[in-house]
Amino acid sequence: MSNEKTVVAAPEPQTNNGTTPTPAPKGLRKMRGIKRSAFAFPYLALSIVFVIVPLFIMLYYAFTDGATGGITGANFVHFFSRPNIMAVMGKSFLVALLTTVFCLILAYPLALALSSPTLNKKFIIVMLFTLPMWINSLLRTYAVKIVLYMMNVTNAWVAVTVGMVYDFFPFMLLPVYSVVSGMDKSLIEASQDLGASPLKTLIRVRIPLSLPGIISGVLMVFMPTVSTFAISDVLGDTSTYMFGNIINQWFANSGGWNIGSAYSFILLILIAATVLLANKLTKGKTEVGGVL
Amino acid sequence: MSKNVKTGLIWAFVGIMLAVMYIPILILIIYSFTGAKAMGVWSGFSFELYADLFTNESIMGAFKNSLVLALVSSLLATVFGTTAAVGIFYMRKWKKTTANFIANITMENAEIVTGVTFMMFFLALHLQYGWVTLIIAHTMITTPYVILSVTPKLSQLNPNLYEAGLDLGASPIKSMFTVIVPQLIPGMLSGFVMAFALSLDDFIVSKFVNGSVETIPVYLYNALAKRGADPTLRALSSMLFVAVLAVLIALNVVSAKRRKTVVK
Repeated sequence: MSNEKTVVAAPEPQTNNGTTPTPAPKGLRKMRGIKRSAFAFPYLALSIVFVIVPLFIMLYYAFTDGATGGITGANFVHFFSRPNIMAVMGKSFLVALLTTVFCLILAYPLALALSSPTLNKKFIIVMLFTLPMWINSLLRTYAVKIVLYMMNVTNAWVAVTVGMVYDFFPFMLLPVYSVVSGMDKSLIEASQDLGASPLKTLIRVRIPLSLPGIISGVLMVFMPTVSTFAISDVLGDTSTYMFGNIINQWFANSGGWNIGSAYSFILLILIAATVLLANKLTKGKTEVGGVL
Repeated sequence: MSKNVKTGLIWAFVGIMLAVMYIPILILIIYSFTGAKAMGVWSGFSFELYADLFTNESIMGAFKNSLVLALVSSLLATVFGTTAAVGIFYMRKWKKTTANFIANITMENAEIVTGVTFMMFFLALHLQYGWVTLIIAHTMITTPYVILSVTPKLSQLNPNLYEAGLDLGASPIKSMFTVIVPQLIPGMLSGFVMAFALSLDDFIVSKFVNGSVETIPVYLYNALAKRGADPTLRALSSMLFVAVLAVLIALNVVSAKRRKTVVK
């Protein structure tokens, strides 16, 4: 391995992570052979083979013609020139937006209520709200389907949106709650002492301070909603296709892989853009809390 | 507004939200105890669906497949994830940034994109879809979560211990396994549990590379989206709900108790 050589040939003893206080004699270093960072090689090598190479294969499919094998941009033109595809895109973004807004409208007050000091047994209650995250989303969607059926909800759009909100709600609640509950209480007291009304405290102090949690919650709900296909498969019909459904459809028969790859590539770009945007907005402090 | 009224309102709000979250699950469980074919119809109490469930060979087969796949891939993920976490932790500057970026790809990417890239890649390799492709795919998508749970343990580690191991004559590999690994075990365990749970839960990636091997989530997806809901699914779903909730409540209670004893 190349790294092994650089250690041996290095003019200075390597400084592992800056925390090793006493540099060992050169001879000893050399005999040690491999750096600790080398332990990452197996996984990184596997990742290059099984994650990065496949992404390039997708890129290759996206820019080639399925029939002739020639390089082409037609698969992307296909995406942007079809009014019905554009309509589906518009609808999926609308559903995703509605889902995100509903989740936030429900999760923020709930996070405030859960972090209220008057609530005891908080640990158990918060746990109860986050437990459904660990249940397969298909099962939760099936439960929603039965309830909607019993309530005679027949509109596919309503069904899909309700299913999305139900499925993704914990993913909004968790980051929002972790920021709201960790907020410095003295800032809220200070705002009240300085004469702000509870509403003003909410708007001027609480919400701005909870922005990192809100942004990561929005991220954890919005893009998965756009790219999911299972919820609309189970609760909706072909009129409620999301972006994910279209990709899924193109890959269902082998003739559609080139166009499907172009679509996947567009989705990938959208995701990369939202991740970058979120990192910028929160300056890398995005919280994606664990449950257990 | 008096304090009591406010507390009452908060409890009422929290209670309503909890009810909304759990009522669909409860209804599903209640209706799993009736044999009616149609949804939402009560045709008398019976264990019929549960009897059907345990005699349904494709469900039992899928169940076994899911467990074997989750076990194998999460063990592999724990090995690769732990070594990767150690390696990345001791990297510096651009190497660390690059390695973290690579580890983040499958976590940030939409599962459907990860799934289709695996599908095209395995076809290019002429690898037949089935156990091998499922294990590779699941290992790759769960390893980053092991890295995430091991890394915090590494930052609590005394950096001189590994060096001490080397100074006392251990080889790097031996020093890693006898000095570092034992201290990482709590992180490895939670990483393993997480990888296991994620593997059991996954159907998007599996659906693209499973070939003829059906796992429980893939079975569920096919049953719900294609075959039209079979009443046995109510029994299956109820069992899974109860199993997952029981395991999670147990884990949470244990970790809460441990936390308390640590504080004492």
